[in-house]
Amino acid sequence: MTIAESLFPRLEPLLLRVSKPIQYVGGELNSRHKDWDSAKVRWALMYPDAYEVGLPNQGVQILYEVLNERPDALAERTYAVWPDLEALMREHGIGQFTVDSHFPVAAFDVLGISFSTELGYTNMLTALDLAGIPLHAADRDESHPLVVAGGHAAFNPEPIADFVDAAVLGDGEQVVGMITDVLAQAKADGCSRESTLLRLAATGGVYVPAFYDVSYLPDGRIAAVVPNRAGVPERVTKHTVMDLDEWPYPKTPLVPLAESVHERMSVEIFRGCTRGCRFCQAGMITRPVRERSIKGIGEMVDQGLRATGFQEVGLLSLSSADHSEIGAIAKQLADRYEDEKVSLSLPSTRVDAFNIDLANEFSRNGRRSGLTFAPEGGSERLRRVINKMVSKDDLIKTVSTAYGQGWRQVKLYFMCGLPTETDEDVLEIAEMAHDVIRAGREATGSRDIRCTVSIGGFVPKPHTPFQWAAQADAQTIDTRLSKLRAAINADRSLGRNVGMRYHDGEPSLIEGLLSRGDRRVGAVIEQVWREGGRFDGWSEHFSFARWSGASTVLERYGVDLDWYTTRERDGDEVLPWDHLDSGLDKQWLWDDWQDALGEFEQDDCRWTPCFDCGVCSNLGTDIQVGPTGGSLGRLLPLAATKPGS
Amino acid sequence: MARRVPEGPPPPPTVQRVRLRYAKRGRLRFSSHRDFARAFERALRRAAVPMAYSAGFSPHPKISYLGAAPTGVASEAEYLEIGLARRVDPEELRRAIDDALPEGLDIVAVVEAAGASLAERIEAAHWRIQLAGVSAEAVGAAVEAFLAAEQVLVTRLTKDGKREIDARAPVVRAHVVGPGDEVDGCACATAEGGHVILDLVVRQATPAVRPDDVLAALATVTGLALPAPPLAVRLAQGPLDGSGRVGDPFAADHAAGAAASLQ
Repeated sequence: MTIAESLFPRLEPLLLRVSKPIQYVGGELNSRHKDWDSAKVRWALMYPDAYEVGLPNQGVQILYEVLNERPDALAERTYAVWPDLEALMREHGIGQFTVDSHFPVAAFDVLGISFSTELGYTNMLTALDLAGIPLHAADRDESHPLVVAGGHAAFNPEPIADFVDAAVLGDGEQVVGMITDVLAQAKADGCSRESTLLRLAATGGVYVPAFYDVSYLPDGRIAAVVPNRAGVPERVTKHTVMDLDEWPYPKTPLVPLAESVHERMSVEIFRGCTRGCRFCQAGMITRPVRERSIKGIGEMVDQGLRATGFQEVGLLSLSSADHSEIGAIAKQLADRYEDEKVSLSLPSTRVDAFNIDLANEFSRNGRRSGLTFAPEGGSERLRRVINKMVSKDDLIKTVSTAYGQGWRQVKLYFMCGLPTETDEDVLEIAEMAHDVIRAGREATGSRDIRCTVSIGGFVPKPHTPFQWAAQADAQTIDTRLSKLRAAINADRSLGRNVGMRYHDGEPSLIEGLLSRGDRRVGAVIEQVWREGGRFDGWSEHFSFARWSGASTVLERYGVDLDWYTTRERDGDEVLPWDHLDSGLDKQWLWDDWQDALGEFEQDDCRWTPCFDCGVCSNLGTDIQVGPTGGSLGRLLPLAATKPGS
Repeated sequence: MARRVPEGPPPPPTVQRVRLRYAKRGRLRFSSHRDFARAFERALRRAAVPMAYSAGFSPHPKISYLGAAPTGVASEAEYLEIGLARRVDPEELRRAIDDALPEGLDIVAVVEAAGASLAERIEAAHWRIQLAGVSAEAVGAAVEAFLAAEQVLVTRLTKDGKREIDARAPVVRAHVVGPGDEVDGCACATAEGGHVILDLVVRQATPAVRPDDVLAALATVTGLALPAPPLAVRLAQGPLDGSGRVGDPFAADHAAGAAASLQ
């Protein structure tokens, strides 16, 4: 049996010398401490970013609770440590630790890492290295934890194939139980590392990169990816939880002492999205749509607020206003919490009048500060290409209504560098922003109207219709954005009231390399990390020079950064993730890509007949939507401790 | 532009003001004051405390905090005051909030407010600092030299850059606690395990002089070097008597409460 001893006594004296030490001490409300010896399988769950970003992560919180509810398992959490503490830990020989009991990560059976973004890869290497776990899976032995990647980035884990023992695609709630069962049995049977991994791979739902060989064509493209031993599936499938009401997690969300990016009680009201925005990887890989019932939502909000004391409830999903009973949910929640100063928020909404009504309901007793809309593409033509159908007239009408009802600021999100995009498409953003200001001035009779235009660089993602597309080079993006800025300011009276926020094109290019990379990209990640790369999702830490410099290691394979990013792929090219099954039919993705180039829209299967993307037929299911006709449900009696009553 | 006003009646008025003493213990001493404030406000909601709120679109619960101990420093005596919309029993309130706070942030005492502002009663703070890797003699000599000086300037790093402050003037009392010494009724102060215990009483000043500043001053006067980080705890805050003792700031509230219950 592994013996684990808390590292806290050695860590404690160092904490006076680092910034925000509270992030390393644990002790959050609703955190759990299970007895080390009583558990058969011990998980360390990592979110590979700073605590303030990682703690609110829903995926980690869900798995933490689900695993800790099992009598035979325990789960603790670990996050990326900032460079100030990293240096002190190295100086004093202290390993990567969990924040719950400060056990060394190396003592666990599994290190599960949730990647929302590829920019966390270097932080994974820091954690492995601090933990004393060999960076390369091939160098590990029975004494080391299994390193398992999950999260959206795990749908193409090839760039980190050298560093992880396994990757799991899709919803984690059920599969962590299955993995725990397999590991408990493998430990009891005294299995070697390799035979344990083989048992996991044999389930068909755990991808073990070492069990697949990749061969390449002379031009650098992949020839084939094939299993190198018996008992390993040719394709690994994603996991899908069909009934969200059966999985009401997190039931008791963690409440940190430290400040974090989301200080609210979050309830996922549905999973999946059928809007079909062609750039959106989340919308593609989380299909089909599965709604949580209004009753289930009511219970989760009630229980979560009691358990946390949060003041804000966020109703999460990829397009929250699409829930079949969102109107009833919004009204009933606003009624229920009217006297308790609980505010409601609905991230990810579409542009239409119905949503203004919703937003008004949500802000019934609060400020009306800002409304955010995401047209994503500057011109009507480009919006047909990306399948985000919003007409400019509708947007202006909606915005006028919003300003008229007391909203003070409108934020518009766009992307730059989309397939087929020209300067003219992007310059239409300036017209739209000017029209928004005009409409706002007309609706309110005031000149004091604000509109913020926020622009991100488009990165083509695996398992989307744009997975074949050429990414725009950084120069093109930067030039287009400076033309846009000039166009916005060309009319000084209107331009004054328009704020523009954007990022340079270079970081997107690296995200593109990591998103669509193959196993050869692992050497780039490792070199960047060895040269000090950390926290690449933070602009103050990201260095394009370091990444482009390290990319020269690709020359030995006859490929380079541009080959991975700005090169358009052919239909017959073997993509690095073709052996990983997101449920989407590759032919359907290709047809949708061709439709995009032809500027044809695709309807939403929530409201129109099935268009055969492949997901439901692969799962033998259908989209799971209401309305159920139910209600939020009755509240249980309030907390037992009610002083003075 | 359309001007909106909050719907419904204005928030209920404050009917009772209560004062709380709380402690920051163990690993939660690494919480900053902002961290504590967020945790405290959430605890009030979980405990369903009938808070009084300010008016407006974003009503705030009526809470006023007194100067907080620095991040990383433990405390047995931090203070704050809250306004309630309904009368409560102070001891029940103490228990309810304490239960709703994480262990290590503990509500020690609650009184109904009476008379002058609490801030005016906080004249000085009593600190205890545990030092490792130094001898009692060396610390004692440094303290003696420090007390003999009229002024000891130390540099403090603030957001606006470096700033010089006098660490000597506000120090009322400073001494090394010897074996068996009893300080203000607390016998737990004896040095053990090779640690040296430094006992300090510091008058309120602007800017506040903190244990760090005094240790920096000791280093300035005799070159006293600390190989390990010091462990500081604030034992008390309150009125200062003629002999340099720090009293209970709630004494006046208790007296008023006792007088009221006799009527």
